[in-house]
Amino acid sequence: MNLRSLSITLVFAIFMGSTAAIASSTTEAAIAADPVAEKRLQHLSEELRCLVCQNQNIADSNAELAQDLRREIRGMIQTGKTDKEIIDFMVTRYGDFVLYRPPVKGITLLLWGGPIALLLLGLFALQRYLRQRARRMAEDRPLSAAEAGRADALLKEGDTK
Amino acid sequence: MNRYYWILGGFAALVALLAIGLGLNPRDVPSPLVGKPAPTFNLPILATPDKTLGPKDMQGKVWLLNVWASWCVSCRAEHPVLVDFSKKVDVPLIGLNYKEVRGDGGFDMSKMSAEDEKKLAFQRANTWLTQHGDPYKLTVMDLDGRVGIDYGVYGVPETYVIDKAGIIRMKHTGPISPDVLGNKIMPLLAELNK
Repeated sequence: MNLRSLSITLVFAIFMGSTAAIASSTTEAAIAADPVAEKRLQHLSEELRCLVCQNQNIADSNAELAQDLRREIRGMIQTGKTDKEIIDFMVTRYGDFVLYRPPVKGITLLLWGGPIALLLLGLFALQRYLRQRARRMAEDRPLSAAEAGRADALLKEGDTK
Repeated sequence: MNRYYWILGGFAALVALLAIGLGLNPRDVPSPLVGKPAPTFNLPILATPDKTLGPKDMQGKVWLLNVWASWCVSCRAEHPVLVDFSKKVDVPLIGLNYKEVRGDGGFDMSKMSAEDEKKLAFQRANTWLTQHGDPYKLTVMDLDGRVGIDYGVYGVPETYVIDKAGIIRMKHTGPISPDVLGNKIMPLLAELNK
């Protein structure tokens, strides 16, 4: 890496880092003293969907509900709840919809199995097509003398018209 | 030729699938609470702040819990329907006022004491009900939205139908239209009250 690209990368990294720091310090007044707990909070809230702005997770969203839920998760981490207990807490209230990775069960079977089923279907169709093509190619053979003569005659007839 | 029918058919199926998808309401998230006991709470009553109310007090009755706030614009649209309902139907409608002050967004909560918040919330809720009519048998105050989280509230207004045994039988997210009331809620209430 040359000096120019290195310096650009550094400036960019510092810029990104500082804006992230500003964003989190203004929106989240309560900064946990425990970095491990904060990391868990970050991890958990990235896994959970915000129900107000549905395409954001709770970590990214600034909606009020997301802030409340982050506060709730922080409280649960402080009282020593496991990740599973916290996720269960969310699911019993908001359903599987809050999970960015929905669990495999009856109703989500199509969601998880669909792509695999489509792949298998595609492979099956491809195999069938290739077999048919191979059979057709095998049937191709040079014209016999009589057939060649007839083809010539037909072509000539077309030319004279 | 046969092959083109296949492609056309596949395309038509895809179009149909997407058309159905577009018609669905992404806000209508099925609540896992339907069929489960209503989460318990004990919140101060708007009219008598030193008394509290919880789902236990409603045991043995079919009742409605309606989540509202004075800052909620859709609640205003829904309100006449509720007022009309309360005049005609003898089913207790309990209001759950959700984050009356905090949810407004116009206040700096770091500068407001809990006491001030409470006072302001009760005052605002009372004013709103005086202005627009009070369809509620009682309203309870959820100042910090903690009970709202237990009920999976994510978009005010929301309405829950709770049966005699305290089980949530239906949840409606968003304003209740006369259509939803007449075709979904009323038949369910009649069935539950049998």
